[in-house]
Amino acid sequence: MKYVCLGYIEPGKFENMSESERNTVLDECLSYSAKLRKNGHLVAEQPLQPANTAVTVHWRNGKVAVTDGPYAETKEQLGGILVLEARDLNHAIQLISRNPGVKLRCGLIEIRPAADLNEMMRESERRRRKETARRNE
Amino acid sequence: MSERSTEQTRELLDSLYRVDSGRILATLIRLLGDFDLAEEAMHEAFAAALSLWPRSGVPGNPRPWLISTARFKAIDTLRRRARLEASQDELVRYLEAQWSSAEECQEEDSLEDDRLRLIFTCCHPSLAPEARVALTLREVCGLTTEEIAKAFLVTPRTLAQRVVRAKAKIRETPIPYEVPTPQELPERLGTVLQVIYLVFNEGYSAAAGAEVTRAELTGEAIRLGRLLTELRPDPEVIGLLSLMLLQESRHAARTSPTGELILLENQDRSLWNREQIAEGVALVEKALESHRFGSYTLQAAIAAVHAQAKSAAVTDWRQIVALYNRLLRIQPSPVVQLNRAVAVAMRDGPEVGLAHINAALEHGELANYYLAHSARADMYRRLGRTAEARSCYEKALALTQQEPERQFLQERIRQLK
Repeated sequence: MKYVCLGYIEPGKFENMSESERNTVLDECLSYSAKLRKNGHLVAEQPLQPANTAVTVHWRNGKVAVTDGPYAETKEQLGGILVLEARDLNHAIQLISRNPGVKLRCGLIEIRPAADLNEMMRESERRRRKETARRNE
Repeated sequence: MSERSTEQTRELLDSLYRVDSGRILATLIRLLGDFDLAEEAMHEAFAAALSLWPRSGVPGNPRPWLISTARFKAIDTLRRRARLEASQDELVRYLEAQWSSAEECQEEDSLEDDRLRLIFTCCHPSLAPEARVALTLREVCGLTTEEIAKAFLVTPRTLAQRVVRAKAKIRETPIPYEVPTPQELPERLGTVLQVIYLVFNEGYSAAAGAEVTRAELTGEAIRLGRLLTELRPDPEVIGLLSLMLLQESRHAARTSPTGELILLENQDRSLWNREQIAEGVALVEKALESHRFGSYTLQAAIAAVHAQAKSAAVTDWRQIVALYNRLLRIQPSPVVQLNRAVAVAMRDGPEVGLAHINAALEHGELANYYLAHSARADMYRRLGRTAEARSCYEKALALTQQEPERQFLQERIRQLK
């Protein structure tokens, strides 16, 4: 099963580390990712630029509005995403707790089981086909 | 060593995983002293096999290969962790020393012992009962967190927490990874049997058809019972396996096609599974011969009497009451007393039965047990005391949430109007 892991980090925390600390964290994290990939557990990973680079798009007063900054102003901000292939939720927890980023107290990680939308997509297709057929009558 | 394609290797590894991962994991937990490290190392060993075997050929004995590869993978992991945490250093040195002196080849016997150790650890009395069930199903039976959560009607995250906490407790206590000493064995075996029977009942009492995964729990419990019978054939272990098989043999007859509950006396006995009955009867006879049996064997013996009767009317109720008398002596609980009362009613009629049920209810412990009220209602019904019967059925109805049971009680109330 796939699990999406959202890594949160306090803005500036990584940048404010000493160079040797930063190197340790980076090397450990990358070597752990390599290990996960080798064992077939890492489906995808994507680090993100700092939260202050974010723009948020929403709908306001009948038109699209764009604001600067992330949607949620929390102490820790989303810093990267990782998609794991694991046997079950406990296996995903186990794989993530080995992540050096957690051990080195760089931040925290939220695990979300991936949703299986296959059935919903099939139903939606059926609805749309019916709608098209109705219009063509 | 033989050459194989990646595809063939994958198939071979899939089947090795299905059949042997439980054994391999159990051994690794003993060698590493850590559930999570063992699981991780095992997965790494399988991944390594997938990339190596197509080139190097499949080793003559794949299981020891996987175990020893996993050991080295675990050492690597610990070395890497030691760079981050000084406390791990000592552990690495200890494990390395231990392994270099350890024998490379595992005997089959010690592998089987490891599975037994794993069962005893997962069912350790210092773990909460629901944690024992979750750990046993995940670590011994290989079910996933999500499957177990679904079967027990809790969210996966609740169950995942339960597993994480139980593992932490095993690590921190620490709970030893061993088969108990002969002195401790009766009590510890009791806890294991309790877990297996709990898993079985969780599946057995589930609504038929509606919750397929819950029905699978009975199958899992029977598999566990078989495994334990192989590893440690004590009379009560055999007795429990027999009891589960005999109860499961009535599975197809217990509910109507529309999901309504059918009582034992009204079941179509041609639907009973003859193979399971034959096996269950043979097992209970074996357990009874030992003269060291307990409550599971006696319950199995009662189930065997039912299983061998052509109908409720020609059932040997005298024999059943006698078995309940013995059961009551070693397990003097109100529920056993109630079941005995129902058997007495079949032997001596509803009037006598009612007196026994009332006596069992006097303890107060059964006040909220719907089956006590439904049994009492049944006596009144058979005695033609309709008003009292109806009020007892209504009381029973208020006390149960399970849909087939509710439908059954509502139907009885309707018939009495």
